[in-house]
Amino acid sequence: MSDFLIRHSLIASSVVKIAVLLFMVLTALAYLTWFERKVVAHIQSRWGPYRVGPHGLLQPLADGLKFIMKEDPMPAGVDKFVFVLAPLLAMTVALTALGIIPFGPQEIELFGRKTSLAIVDLNLGLLFLFAISSLGVYGVALAGWASNSKYPLLGGLRSSAQMVSYELALTLSVVGVVLMAGSLSLRDIIQSQSGWSWHFLPRWNLFAGPLPQVLGFFCYFTAAIAETNRAPFDLAEAEQELVGGFHTEYSSMKFAMFFMAEYANMVTVSCLATILFFGGWLSPCPVTGHWIWTLYLPAAVFVLGGLGLIWDGLHYTTPIGKFELTVLGAVLVGVGGLTAAPFAIHFAQGPFWFLTKVLAFLFVYVWVRGTLPRFRYDQLMAIGWKLLLPVSLANVVFTSLALVVKNK
Amino acid sequence: MVPVSYYVVLSAVLFGLGIIGFLFKRNIITMFMSIELMLNAVNLAFIAFSSVLGNLAGQVYVFFVIVVAAAEAAVGLAIVILIARNRKTLNVERVNLLKL
Amino acid sequence: MTAVLFFLLAAVAVAAAVSLILQREPIHSALSLIVVMAALAGLYLLLGAEFISAVQIIVYAGAIMVLFIFVIMLLNAGVEERTQFSRMARYIGLPLAFVLGAGLVYWITRWTMGTASAASMGSVTRPLAMMLFQDYVFPFELTSILILIAIVGAVVLARREDERQ
Repeated sequence: MSDFLIRHSLIASSVVKIAVLLFMVLTALAYLTWFERKVVAHIQSRWGPYRVGPHGLLQPLADGLKFIMKEDPMPAGVDKFVFVLAPLLAMTVALTALGIIPFGPQEIELFGRKTSLAIVDLNLGLLFLFAISSLGVYGVALAGWASNSKYPLLGGLRSSAQMVSYELALTLSVVGVVLMAGSLSLRDIIQSQSGWSWHFLPRWNLFAGPLPQVLGFFCYFTAAIAETNRAPFDLAEAEQELVGGFHTEYSSMKFAMFFMAEYANMVTVSCLATILFFGGWLSPCPVTGHWIWTLYLPAAVFVLGGLGLIWDGLHYTTPIGKFELTVLGAVLVGVGGLTAAPFAIHFAQGPFWFLTKVLAFLFVYVWVRGTLPRFRYDQLMAIGWKLLLPVSLANVVFTSLALVVKNK
Repeated sequence: MVPVSYYVVLSAVLFGLGIIGFLFKRNIITMFMSIELMLNAVNLAFIAFSSVLGNLAGQVYVFFVIVVAAAEAAVGLAIVILIARNRKTLNVERVNLLKL
Repeated sequence: MTAVLFFLLAAVAVAAAVSLILQREPIHSALSLIVVMAALAGLYLLLGAEFISAVQIIVYAGAIMVLFIFVIMLLNAGVEERTQFSRMARYIGLPLAFVLGAGLVYWITRWTMGTASAASMGSVTRPLAMMLFQDYVFPFELTSILILIAIVGAVVLARREDERQ
């Protein structure tokens, strides 16, 4: 058996990596919904889910059960094949884009084969990501068409027109980064951001290089929020405007797939933002000399978080909540201890910093949703074509000029 | 290892299917899509030859073919919208009067 | 391994192309064409043209076909009527088409030029970019003007009548 696995090690290692990534991503998507509801609720001075499990932590489980057991009607007159295809397409495209994101610099060994911490490491990684995300328009457009009803059709057309318009600004705002790194491979882009200028400022694409890519970053993030149909650009699916937009006629598992696809797109975009502009898995503190204690930061974060959870669990109201929170806190302390152990400390650095930065971006996404009012559709399209596209073009021109001046 | 003639045969088959689609369909949008299929078949032949000869000019030509196909699709579909608005039909056999 | 992938992708492409012709709804034909383009992108990867494969998906499958789908949705293109397949076409045309096809396949496969593989190309993006911006820079700039003309033409043609004042 193991001989068979070693002979077909490419397929076997890929299957293992895909299984691990899929499990992590689906759990993260479920808890992202909890995170969003809690944060938006606290912004709006209310509590959010707090009944189902301690602090509402079992709410995603309840939602999942609801989605599985709900009735799944197919409205009359819909195009059955396209109706079922649209959410599948949206979900597949959203999850495929997560395949090339590198979570850390190391190479692990699976079944006798050295592989990187991404499912596949392409040297045209960025272009592949844009290709996959441009296929995401079909899920929305076909859902609107297949629903045989006027609100979904309008919502679907508006959503897909918005996504296509902001794709241009998204792709152009990244060209500056590619020019500075000299490669389209995500791993090379992160490697080109290593090192610290003046011994303390990390050489991330946001601060350093011939031209700090601040303009590119703001264009990218704004275009990404519009591309993933999130507030304040979510006119096409808002309840007050178009009932539900393109997913009005969908319920239960198919709606859950659209929902998951939207959050998966958010995660992909956040991962890409950290890789391109914030140094990916690189730590912001130099880990040599007398800064070596920063190697223990992941462990410190986990241990402190675990202890805080244990304290909170001991003072919680319901007995079962006490038990669950204390166990969770103990698990976190255990993970913290594991990351401080000498055999795992260098392995844990890359993924820890990467996931921290991605979590920060997801928080900004939810923060923006809770704070800003929605744009009207014509304002939305005007921003995409008349503001973001010229600004990202200007960014490309300035970056090229800076590179030419530097190479003189 | 796949000989290049297999790719050329595939390109010919797709091109032939595109011609069949163009001749036998009556909906103008479907005829347009058959034209796009023919262009794709030609792109495949270009890239196959570029790969076997080691010359990158084939890929440059494919780049230009894709760009020209995009421009043609945009203007062609605008004309299709105009026809549909004026004649209220998408059937090419009904668009047979020179005068409106 | 390459041969398996080639035959798989080729079968998918031909099946989708046949589906394009045989479907009655234009939306299903458009979806079949998207499948053909995706299969062709896979074939380009097998041939070592990785950049063109990505460009095919971004531009052709991701933008041009979206345009087609928009137009089909806006015009509400309905089911196509059944054509009566003329007897000449059915009894003389189809067999002759098969004979022509078989002859083409025979004569093409008899002439061997070599094997086409991805390994022969190496990294393609930088040399391609050099060629595009040095040898072929004039057609490149011309295509940008062409796209500008296409944009202006499409906007002017598809505008509504009452907006002309």
